[in-house]
Amino acid sequence: MQLPPALCARLAAGPGAAEPLPVERDPAAGAAPFRFVARPVRFPREHQFFEDGDVQRHLYLQDVIMQVADVPEKPRVPAFACQVAGCCQVFDALDDYEHHYHTLHGNVCSFCKRAFPSGHLLDAHILEWHDSLFQILSERQDMCLVEGCTEKFKTSRDRKDHMVRMHLYPADFRFDKPKKSRSPASAEAPGDSGERSEGEAMEICSEPVAASPAPAGERRIYRHRIPSTICFGQGAARGFKSNKKKTKQC
Amino acid sequence: MWSRRQGRLRPTVCGVEELRRRRREREAALRKARREQQLVSKRLLRNDAPEEAGEGCVAAILGETEVQQFLRQAQRGTEEKEREGALVSLRRGLQHPETQQTFIRLEGSMRTLVGLLTSNQALLQLEAARCLHELSHSEQSTVAEACLPATSYLLTYLSSHSSDFIELCLYTLGNLIVESEAVRRQLLPQGIVPALAACIQSPHVAVLEALGYALSQLLQAEEAPEKIIPPASASSSILASTLPQHMLQMLQPGPKLNPGVAVEFAWCLHYIICSQVSNPLLIGHGALSTLGLLLLDLAGAVQKTEDAGLELLACPVLRCLSNLLTEAAVETVGGQMQLRDERVVAALFILLQFFFQKQPSLLPEGLWLLNNLTANSPSFCTSLLSLDLIEPLLQLLPVSNVVSVMVLTVLCNVAEKGPAYCQRLWPGPLLPALLHTLAFSDTEVVGQSLELLHLLFLYQPEAVQVFLQQSGLQALERHQEEAQLQDRVYALQQTALQG
Repeated sequence: MQLPPALCARLAAGPGAAEPLPVERDPAAGAAPFRFVARPVRFPREHQFFEDGDVQRHLYLQDVIMQVADVPEKPRVPAFACQVAGCCQVFDALDDYEHHYHTLHGNVCSFCKRAFPSGHLLDAHILEWHDSLFQILSERQDMCLVEGCTEKFKTSRDRKDHMVRMHLYPADFRFDKPKKSRSPASAEAPGDSGERSEGEAMEICSEPVAASPAPAGERRIYRHRIPSTICFGQGAARGFKSNKKKTKQC
Repeated sequence: MWSRRQGRLRPTVCGVEELRRRRREREAALRKARREQQLVSKRLLRNDAPEEAGEGCVAAILGETEVQQFLRQAQRGTEEKEREGALVSLRRGLQHPETQQTFIRLEGSMRTLVGLLTSNQALLQLEAARCLHELSHSEQSTVAEACLPATSYLLTYLSSHSSDFIELCLYTLGNLIVESEAVRRQLLPQGIVPALAACIQSPHVAVLEALGYALSQLLQAEEAPEKIIPPASASSSILASTLPQHMLQMLQPGPKLNPGVAVEFAWCLHYIICSQVSNPLLIGHGALSTLGLLLLDLAGAVQKTEDAGLELLACPVLRCLSNLLTEAAVETVGGQMQLRDERVVAALFILLQFFFQKQPSLLPEGLWLLNNLTANSPSFCTSLLSLDLIEPLLQLLPVSNVVSVMVLTVLCNVAEKGPAYCQRLWPGPLLPALLHTLAFSDTEVVGQSLELLHLLFLYQPEAVQVFLQQSGLQALERHQEEAQLQDRVYALQQTALQG
């Protein structure tokens, strides 16, 4: 198929539309038995017209088993340790460290040090667990964890029921930890002030925790699970459990 | 930039002929599947160590005891490397359908795997995800559906930070999506659309390509036009989300355009557009101008590189443009929304030439766009004439009957606009070409030739004489018994004899 040489030049030149030649139709043009009518055509999804192109698309999908050469070999570096306080994990590849960092130290609640897989879950957690104003003002506090759903609930149980029924989530979804105690009877006042000072202390000092040990005898509203999950090994709990405040370096 | 990622087909001991034969077989299987409306393909990510591939053999099938053992080791092992190694061995075994069956039949196996997936050890998570991925790729529904307990976590991890992990989750989700409507009925309420919409802001090219793949699988679903695409389907709606605008951004030509990513999103757009749910919305987002510019870009790329693979992107772009042009919104909306740039015609012909050489099966799709461009546009018809594109068009006539009909239709689009247009069609190669197509046996080709002749005779009567001189009447006579052609043949004979 030979194209006129000027065509490439036309493509490279600027935009523009051709000044149309005058249109002048004779009614005899569409007179029977002739039936041609100029019209744009549309094809729906399953039309046979698309068969060839669809087959090619699927051959492409099936074809790709990623060639090893395309994936660069993970660059190895001399072993180094995670710099986050209390974490004693060691790495010899930057990718692994990056994944570790984002998984364990990425979306971390600055109040209770619990880590979450996403910013969305962290935001939900903070609102539910640590935002006193939010708790006072809103009767319904537990929000649905599914991104895009704006439902809120009075209790974690209601929230869980909603997620199971409406969103078909598993009943034991690991990132939905219900609060243990919320009754006003449990020393909320001391807990409150304790929490605030604790929170402040945590926010101010980004340094390792040795600087601000947990005040003895303080009661927290929310219980945290022990042991620390930082040092991996037998008995490491699954899921994202919060860590006891670290008072020692590993 | 336009180089295509080569797939590696194993085993490497196969000769070229064997590979070709297999490809033909796969192609035939795909055609059959499509005719039965069962066209389903999954994608597999497998980064195997070179030594393993070099041997030409895959890991052995695992028995029940071995699967149990590896799972236990992964879950409770003391050394991290040991736990990781156990999962790697499991993953390799899961390449076999038999091991997959063994795995899903083992009680608690998926639960353990999900536990490892959600553990706080990055490398275990990754290996567990790879195991899931192998399972998701299975052709057996029971195996793929066994992965359902993991979907809420896969979706949660789309908002995590590790791009490798996200990519793996996306491909796994994509494979599961395409498995069955039952799977989608779980994924949609679990919030897959908002999760994908959040993920599309990732700067990582690999993630975007994976996302495009998963999305294209979702959009290809049979129930998509009713339940997934329309704005009214609430939280699971594609059109109500920010996805369409982002998709169009991925298709904008320029230094940031990545071909692998663009291919996936172009197909996504095609599935949306050909569902004809809410195309004016897309036109409002600038789809026409973006796709038009992309077409120009493609034509430019085609001229520069010999690399096949551009047709993978060209095909959906052509389809999107062609279908969008049928929307009434195109006519009524303001000038900038419409496609008027003459360069589009130039680009299209460059692509037609490319198809002619590399992929003739795509010629009809290109000609479809040409029809939709020229049908109601005197400007584009004029461009065809002024850019000397009639002769190249005629050169496509011998390719196939389908192509012939479309070429003749486009020529009719030009001719029907009146004498000013027909004057530019004759004298020239058109009449000889028509005499040639009249010799075809295909009724539709001949029928379209008759229509064109009629227009030519009407607006350019001088052509009649030449027609007669070149044995036109005999050419017509051949078809005077054909039911579908008789009336028109007769009418033309009368015109010729009177003229």
